[in-house]
Amino acid sequence: MDLTELGGCLSSLSCMVTQTAAGLTIGMLLFLVASGLTLIFGVLGIVNFAHGSLYMMGAYFALAAYGVSGSFVLAVVAGTLGAALLGLFMERFLLSRIYGQDVLMQLLVCYAVILILDDVVKIVWGGDFRSMGVPDELRLPPFIIGGGIVPYFYAILFAVTAVIAAALAWGMGRTRFGRIVRAAAINPGMVGALGINTTVIYAAVFAIGAGLAGAAGALSAPIRSVVPGAGVSILIESFIVTVIGGMGSIGGALAASLILGFTRSFGSIGFPLFVEGAMFAIMALVLILRPSGLGGKRGS
Amino acid sequence: MSGGWLRDTAVAMVVLALFLAFELAGFRSSSLLDFAIRFATFGLLALSLNLLIGTTGLVSFGHAAYFGMGAYSFGLLMQTGAWSIPAAILAALACTALLALVVGALCVRLSEIYFAFLTLAFQMLLHSVISSWISLTGGDQGLMGGIPKPAFLGIDLAQPSHLAGFGVFCLLLSTVALRQVVRSPFGAALRMIRDNPDRAAFVGLSVFRYRLAAFVIAGTFAGLGGVLMSLYVSGAFPSFAFWTTSGEAIFMIMLGGVSVFLGPLVGTAIFLLLNDWITALTEHHGLFMGTILLILVLGLRKGLLDFIMEHWRARKGARS
Repeated sequence: MDLTELGGCLSSLSCMVTQTAAGLTIGMLLFLVASGLTLIFGVLGIVNFAHGSLYMMGAYFALAAYGVSGSFVLAVVAGTLGAALLGLFMERFLLSRIYGQDVLMQLLVCYAVILILDDVVKIVWGGDFRSMGVPDELRLPPFIIGGGIVPYFYAILFAVTAVIAAALAWGMGRTRFGRIVRAAAINPGMVGALGINTTVIYAAVFAIGAGLAGAAGALSAPIRSVVPGAGVSILIESFIVTVIGGMGSIGGALAASLILGFTRSFGSIGFPLFVEGAMFAIMALVLILRPSGLGGKRGS
Repeated sequence: MSGGWLRDTAVAMVVLALFLAFELAGFRSSSLLDFAIRFATFGLLALSLNLLIGTTGLVSFGHAAYFGMGAYSFGLLMQTGAWSIPAAILAALACTALLALVVGALCVRLSEIYFAFLTLAFQMLLHSVISSWISLTGGDQGLMGGIPKPAFLGIDLAQPSHLAGFGVFCLLLSTVALRQVVRSPFGAALRMIRDNPDRAAFVGLSVFRYRLAAFVIAGTFAGLGGVLMSLYVSGAFPSFAFWTTSGEAIFMIMLGGVSVFLGPLVGTAIFLLLNDWITALTEHHGLFMGTILLILVLGLRKGLLDFIMEHWRARKGARS
């Protein structure tokens, strides 16, 4: 515990800028994963316990594409599309068979997928830590705002994730597809009766959710170590986000992700050993005071 | 006490006597004793989890938290050197029950899906506390230095044959106790809550209290499994409380079946044999186990015993 240091940081502009930037970046990456999870739950009614594995696969696909092409843009595209395809496969061949069955079945299928993917990764890429490193073309001098240092790559990450988040909000809120998806979340039978193929909608939503996880994995590959089993910690954090934000609420997920991002960035100064505990404490508080989450409907 | 406990106890005593006679007669190959201890350990984990999944309808994905808690609290108490084994076991079970009470109070109110992933999240919190509190738990290295096993009542758990007998005894005792719980009015209330929580609430049952009680009971028995595990490996490791251990427990239940009381024990035996066989066969353990699980879940859609029982009932129905 070093709360005086945290107090010192809060009163210094340069430290505030640096930690806020870090918190925003971490929070937005988390948001990509959590929004995919919450989107899939909202529409399909399934909690994808294998979501962290899709994040991990995104990172590995990016690593492979970067090794071949040397382009970070291509790496992120490969990570996103790869995870989306994998998600599509998973939905079509595995999860679609257990719709409407109890949670135990979902859990078992996802558990099996996690086991298989972790092993596949070990077979293809080996069990050791891999790191992509920040790509050369993005190793530029950091921005300096008010004396605080914001690494160039963090700024890029924030910009990309913000664009993806805005595209998601626009796509869900303004497009015909988004309206259909929201309708299917509320009453799939009615949507089907209107002549829309809900099977396709379900598959598309799962692929989009998986793609979001893959994008987050690919984007964070340069700054985090890539290793089999890497998906579990981000999965747990995504769970915390969905509890704080409310299951099925994208806006709530954004707010919760940023809260957790700031907890992580400022907490690492003030209480480095208690960062995870603090996240759980926030979650427990929300559970007790408002069980449906910040953005969730009451009584659900 | 509802009916049948005398018969259950008698059956348990016969099984225990057979096992001990087997041991005394000289059938004590180390692999058999090894299997008996592991069977007792994981059998307790699976059987207690089924009180939640099969009886109460609460799908917990964080059951290994109590397994790990039992192992660590028992190991730490024994390492102080001031506790006898029975006292330390009781204290470890009390610690586990307390943890289950706190986590359960936060979780059992929630809907099914929230419950599954919140129990998982709290388990991972415990796991990260264990791996980061290095001064107490030894972190990722596990609880080192071995666990002293002073003899009590003529039982010396440092000997594998005694440990196996003790493990089987604990398992049988718990099986009889859990069967009593399931068959008691309390168990009937749990099944009612599983099938129709609203109706149970209308009848005047406190769904929250019944679920919490089931959660604490199940956690405590899983803690006993953890105690046996720490005796078996003479230490404790963070992996006891890792999510994969919970996944394995659910896998065992799925293998055996949720609707038959002894299903989880059958599943445990199948799982352990399967596990040993696959480990000997290949290093790609997860790939094979995952594939088998997928085939089972998507093909049979229920546990083996569930499947057999249904078949058997259908045949009986067709004949009469």
